[in-house]
Amino acid sequence: MRSEPVVQVRDLVKRYGTKTAVDGLDLVARPGVTAVLGPNGAGKTTTIETCEGYRRPDSGSVRVLGLDPVRQSAELRPKVGVMLQSGGVYSGARADEMLRHVAKLHAHPLDVDALIQRLGLGSCGRTSYRRLSGGQQQRLALAMAVVGRPELVFLDEPTAGLDPQARRATWDLVRDLRTDGVSVILTTHYMEEAEQLADDVAIIDAGRVIAQGSPEELCKGGAENTLRFTGRPGLDVGSLLKALPADSSAAELTPGSYRVIGKVNPQLLATVTSWCAQHGVMPDRISVERHTLEDVFLELTGKELRS
Amino acid sequence: MTTATDTGTGAGTYAPRPGAAPLPRMIAAQAALETRMLLRNGEQLLLTVVIPTLLLALFSSVDIVDTGAGKSVDFLAPGILALAVMSTAFTGQAIATGFERRYGVLKRLASSPLPRWGLMTAKTAAVLVTEILQVILLTVIAFALGWSPHGNPLAVLLLLVLGTAAFSGLGLLMAGTLKAEATLAAANLVFLLLLVGGGVIVPLSKFGGAQHVLGLLPISALSNGLRDVLQHGAGTPWGDLGILAVWAVLGLAAAGRFFRWE
Repeated sequence: MRSEPVVQVRDLVKRYGTKTAVDGLDLVARPGVTAVLGPNGAGKTTTIETCEGYRRPDSGSVRVLGLDPVRQSAELRPKVGVMLQSGGVYSGARADEMLRHVAKLHAHPLDVDALIQRLGLGSCGRTSYRRLSGGQQQRLALAMAVVGRPELVFLDEPTAGLDPQARRATWDLVRDLRTDGVSVILTTHYMEEAEQLADDVAIIDAGRVIAQGSPEELCKGGAENTLRFTGRPGLDVGSLLKALPADSSAAELTPGSYRVIGKVNPQLLATVTSWCAQHGVMPDRISVERHTLEDVFLELTGKELRS
Repeated sequence: MTTATDTGTGAGTYAPRPGAAPLPRMIAAQAALETRMLLRNGEQLLLTVVIPTLLLALFSSVDIVDTGAGKSVDFLAPGILALAVMSTAFTGQAIATGFERRYGVLKRLASSPLPRWGLMTAKTAAVLVTEILQVILLTVIAFALGWSPHGNPLAVLLLLVLGTAAFSGLGLLMAGTLKAEATLAAANLVFLLLLVGGGVIVPLSKFGGAQHVLGLLPISALSNGLRDVLQHGAGTPWGDLGILAVWAVLGLAAAGRFFRWE
């Protein structure tokens, strides 16, 4: 597996009229799965489409597999698979017909029948693209992105609007791509998707990358995690606090309902349960709330709705 | 040597093995797909097959329009052949390409290994295949109606090719600059106007002084040129070929300059 970056974006600026969609964005994607997160209008699709060669940067540089997506397009295109956010298929074409066609444009395509079966597109039969369900259309677009056996796949919101079964099928395919050495760059609004699939997550807001790292790294920083338990009302919270690490806090929120905030790890859990044991307390409904990627995302990009 | 890599379930199934297919194979595949899409579309068939066939059969057998001396099919067949070229190269291609642009087909293909000029070559091939089928069908019907054509087949071929180039340029210009719905409406409207005012079934002489202006339209140049050769046995109609060449150069240059892929 190559270790140099599959995508390298430096100080990318892209304007549409007076609106600046991407504003000095830096992004390095290594082999594996990279998820690009961000609110609507953050510049995700513009960034991806610049990498795909659809848009010319106003300034800055973009390299994909070491190539310039605009000037070295002919060399790059066979190596990259593209799934657009929507469309991309003749409205009168059947799913298998379109997939077979895209396969014919490549030198060593995947087995089309196997791919059709894998993504559950066999039931589309003779139905034309415009009459397929939204989920079938999405899965066809995904199949078209991988059928040419690319080194790198760009997926723009691959599971938007899919039912849970279809979402799992898409996730499984992304995992298999990763295992077989295909790099994947995907945009998504689903935090769970990024947590499940991505080796690396980049959060984009207002045209810049504001945080990047593995899901674990991103979740480690930011707000503290929470441990809750219930017990007898009126326990001595002060003595619990003494047993806990210095940067923790503890409180009885409602009678008999306790909350500990701090670095939640096995040691902390052991400290709390042994303190309970010393005080003859049976800690009921003990629960740990881990800091999710969604918390990090909302913390970084703000909680207010954007137009 | 194992063959499990391509069968779809084993480990390594998706291992990268990128590469473009050879250009002739890509263009042939694209042309075949484009042709199938054209021939499968009901509205397109109405435009390219049903309307020309009906007009030829109807006006040849019922004496509605005064087509001058001689059998009316001898006047009508060249005009209908011109109409067939316009229906495929201009109206059909404009509408299809307009919607392909609207639905991201052109965009998606632009990121495939097929180069843009390859896509345009394939589109042209699909138009030519459709036209050949139209010409065969309409010629058979015209013969059945008693058509007796004259003239040099090469001159006819030259007219058809230049007419196709002229109408393709205009159709692609429309498809690449207007919204798909606007292209749909405008391409049909232009088809109707040129059908009436382009010497297809109504002789241009019926339009009095306007005929000299109407004669400069690509449809008039094509129908008049074909008629000069096929009905009157004239030699190469350089005037009409010249008009078509000017339209072809202007239309294709403008399409090349202003066409937007998304």
